[in-house]
This record gives sequence, C-alpha cells and structure tokens, in this order.
Amino acid sequence: MVSLRNLLAAALVLGIYSLVMAALWVVLDAVDVAFTEAAVGAGVTTVFMLLAIAATGRHEKIAHRRPWLPILISLAVGGLLVYGTLDLPAFGDPEAPAQQHVGPHYIEQGEAETGVPNIVTAVLASYRGFDTLGEVTVIFTAGIGVLLMLGIIRRRRHAADDDARDRE
Amino acid sequence: MEALSHVNYWAAIVLAMIGLYAVIAPSNLIKKLIGLGIFQSAIFLIYITAGKVEGGTAPIIDAGHAVYSNPLPHVLILTAIVVAVSTLAVGLALTVAIKRDYGTVEEDEIDEQDRR
Repeated sequence: MVSLRNLLAAALVLGIYSLVMAALWVVLDAVDVAFTEAAVGAGVTTVFMLLAIAATGRHEKIAHRRPWLPILISLAVGGLLVYGTLDLPAFGDPEAPAQQHVGPHYIEQGEAETGVPNIVTAVLASYRGFDTLGEVTVIFTAGIGVLLMLGIIRRRRHAADDDARDRE
Repeated sequence: MEALSHVNYWAAIVLAMIGLYAVIAPSNLIKKLIGLGIFQSAIFLIYITAGKVEGGTAPIIDAGHAVYSNPLPHVLILTAIVVAVSTLAVGLALTVAIKRDYGTVEEDEIDEQDRR
C-alpha cells in the first residue's frame, strides 16, 4: 500500500490489512480488540478513506522524491527500537512485570466486583470508566472538527458571497 | 526458541519502520495518512503481544479456564483504535479542505503555491 500509485487500491489494501490484523488479535486472545478492529478499522476507516479519495482524486501524481533520506531515518529509528527491545521480557512470559501489576486483580476480583464475566468490558466500563469518558470526548471533538472543516465553513463562505451580492 | 522470544517486538518495529517511511516519503497527503495508520497498528501490536500470556485464553471468566491473557492492554488498545479513527477522520477532512483551497493534495504543489 505504500508503493501503490492508485490511491483507491491503497485504501482497499489498508482495509484488507486491517481485517488480517483483526484475525491476529483473535489469535493473541484479544477478541474485543478484534471486534473493534474489524468494525472500526476495516469498516469505518475504509469508508472514510474512500469518501476522501472521491473528493480529492484517485491518483498519486508525484513519485516519492528523495527516497533515501526517509529510508535512512526509518532504518535508524528501527535499529534504535530493536536495541531497546533487548531488555524487554520474552513473548508470552507469565512472569513479565506487565502481568504482575493490576492485571491479576482484574482477573481474580473483576467478576465479583463488577458482575461482568468479560473482564475487558469490566475494565472499560467500570475500573477505567474515565478513560472511556475521555475517548468519547475525543470522538466528539473530532466530529465537531470535521463538521467545521467540511460543512459550516463552506456555508459561511456562501453567506459572505450572498452579502457581497446583496451590497451590489 | 530463545532467539525468537522477542520476535513480536521486531515484527511491530518492522511495521513501524514501513509506517514511518510512508509518512515521510510520499508527497500525497492521503498516502501519508495511510502511513500513519500502519504506524499506529505497529503500536497496537506491541501492546497486545505484551499482554499475551503463554497458554492463556481470552479474558472472559469461565469455569473451564484458569490462565487468562492480561485484559488491560486490550482495553487501552480498544480505546486507541477508536481514537485512531477519530484522528484519521480529522486528517482526511483537512485534506479535503486543502484540496478545496489549493486544488491539489500533493505537498510539493502546495509548497510551490505558498511560495508564490
């Protein structure tokens, strides 16, 4: 999808990629994340992408200029990150610090404290409810921003045109 | 097996590198947003694999299972996916607005028009 010049194809490949990631989340035990990825990542994102491409044109005009600098930056960042992973716990390690903190409390006490057997739902709606409130705030702000940029500004401009015409 | 114990992080890093390249190199703004999406999915992969426990199952309490993967990263990434779509929507709206005002979504052409 990075090298495709046809943006429509790139958007569709992004949707397929998202669906593959959803399957990967199921394999990694994150079934709730898989739901969200399939619905929001593969579904809504693709629709947004297609709408935007319909409004802006489906062909990328210019080939990637000076590709060596971006490649060099990516490799440098990647190398640093690989160096950083050497101290991290192994994949699937039950003794990893991430598995020792609040996770066990949620799993052991979650059902008794919230009455929900799905721990992800319990954490989302109860233990970290304020996070979800913040998330809703972000969606609201993004929605207002999109409306401002696409709808209301255009209407104002028309209104200004009308005023100019009235003055004539 | 020891050599492959960090392969999950490295897979995520490769995705992050592709995403970073796709944000910097293309001139087309939509292409950059696609790169941003790839980069974000790399971060999701790091979080979800960090929560995976060997032999664990999905964190839904059930009498038949004793070992569960960590639910906390799942919750954080659930939120992050929705936030990612919100930021993408704002980015695409900006792109459409730029197309309306400049008549192009290629960064080079926008720069050229600004210099005039």
